[in-house]
Amino acid sequence: MENKEKEPLFSAKNIKLMTNPLGQDNPITVQVLGICSALAVTVKMKPALVMAVSVMIVVALSNLIIAAMRKQIPGRIRIIVQLVVIATLVIIVDQFLKAFAFDVSKQLSVFVGLIITNCILMGRLEAFAMANDPWPSFLDGIGNGAGYGMILVIVSFFRELLGSGSIMGYPVFEKIGLYKTGYENNGMMIVPPMALITVGIIIWVHRSRNKNLQETR
Amino acid sequence: MKDFSNKYIFIFSVVMVVSVAILLSLTALLLQPRQNKNIEVEKKMNILSSINVASTKQNAKELYDKHIRKSFVINTDGKHIDGVDAFTVILRNEQKKPLAEQYLPVFIAVDDSGDTLQVFPVEGKGLWGPIWGYISLKDDMETIAGVTFDHKGETPGLGAEINTTAFESQFQNKSLYENGSFVSIKVVKGGAVKGDLHEVDAISGGTITSKGLEAMVHDCLIKYNKYLSQNRK
Repeated sequence: MENKEKEPLFSAKNIKLMTNPLGQDNPITVQVLGICSALAVTVKMKPALVMAVSVMIVVALSNLIIAAMRKQIPGRIRIIVQLVVIATLVIIVDQFLKAFAFDVSKQLSVFVGLIITNCILMGRLEAFAMANDPWPSFLDGIGNGAGYGMILVIVSFFRELLGSGSIMGYPVFEKIGLYKTGYENNGMMIVPPMALITVGIIIWVHRSRNKNLQETR
Repeated sequence: MKDFSNKYIFIFSVVMVVSVAILLSLTALLLQPRQNKNIEVEKKMNILSSINVASTKQNAKELYDKHIRKSFVINTDGKHIDGVDAFTVILRNEQKKPLAEQYLPVFIAVDDSGDTLQVFPVEGKGLWGPIWGYISLKDDMETIAGVTFDHKGETPGLGAEINTTAFESQFQNKSLYENGSFVSIKVVKGGAVKGDLHEVDAISGGTITSKGLEAMVHDCLIKYNKYLSQNRK
């Protein structure tokens, strides 16, 4: 490890850590982690966006902290230590949202607290941060947060558009006069099962376009 | 990963827990004044919104001082209780007390057209957590002039729709009384009967929140029954 100190901050390997989770190693569509919150916060785009940013911050910082102290963490209580770090960061993010972005924090309400239980965080800490240096871990966190956020935004875009007829709260369908033609919002898009189906469709499209993800018999 | 002694693990945990505790209490302590101010401004905005006065974060305090003329606390017998600030009464804590000891806040307000309205706070349970709101009555003490609702953690797009104008505006001009007896407002699944004075539409996909809201309006306002009857014109 010591002879790698000269490695540039954004080497090809490090860039890959960030871009892989966006595509062929996506936490939601490939690793199938963090599905629970993906179902819950994707009814409207705005909460989904804030959730994506919050998760990105928490996963990147917790990766950084755990990677920095990984040699001091006793193996037998490492899960507890990881959980404490995650919970602390989430509470701090929550407190800051309440103080400086009150409206947004009200919209996200319980889901900020539920970042603690997001499987992506524990997954990345166990799988990556415990075995890597702080900087690559930080990038890995950013990448995975972004990969998660990307799917969240895509799913919430379709759910808000088809379920409520708006984008980011702006009533598009009403403005273009679609309702006058007899079109009605699909109430099914609002209920959680449709998020699962939307994620399923994204996984299907993703796999059919990417040969590496297809199981060969 | 090398093996650590029990002593090391023990000390490690203690140091970790203590430092995290200090960090979190510091954050909470430093951010508390800002958070409390946010909550206070929001409460003022909510009360203003229930008398149909739109306000922003910046002018909420000024408008509140202008529109809210008086506030006081009563008990279920409609008697005034002195020495309690209605604005600082936390309804959730009051609801845990025996009925006779509960403080019931009343806000006397004047809306934009100069009519005197009385504002009553309500609080109850939704699907995931508390829901609350303010209901303003016209001076006949039974017709609703305006309402505002809010929630802690109802599902966005479903139960959370209770704080949208579309839902709240349904309550305007509905009546709490039928021939002098308290009937409250029903939140009806599948659509309220048009023109009915005591029914509003429920939220599709938000049945439990809708039912919770119906119970909240009934349970909180029936405590004011005596006060409302005494002051009816």
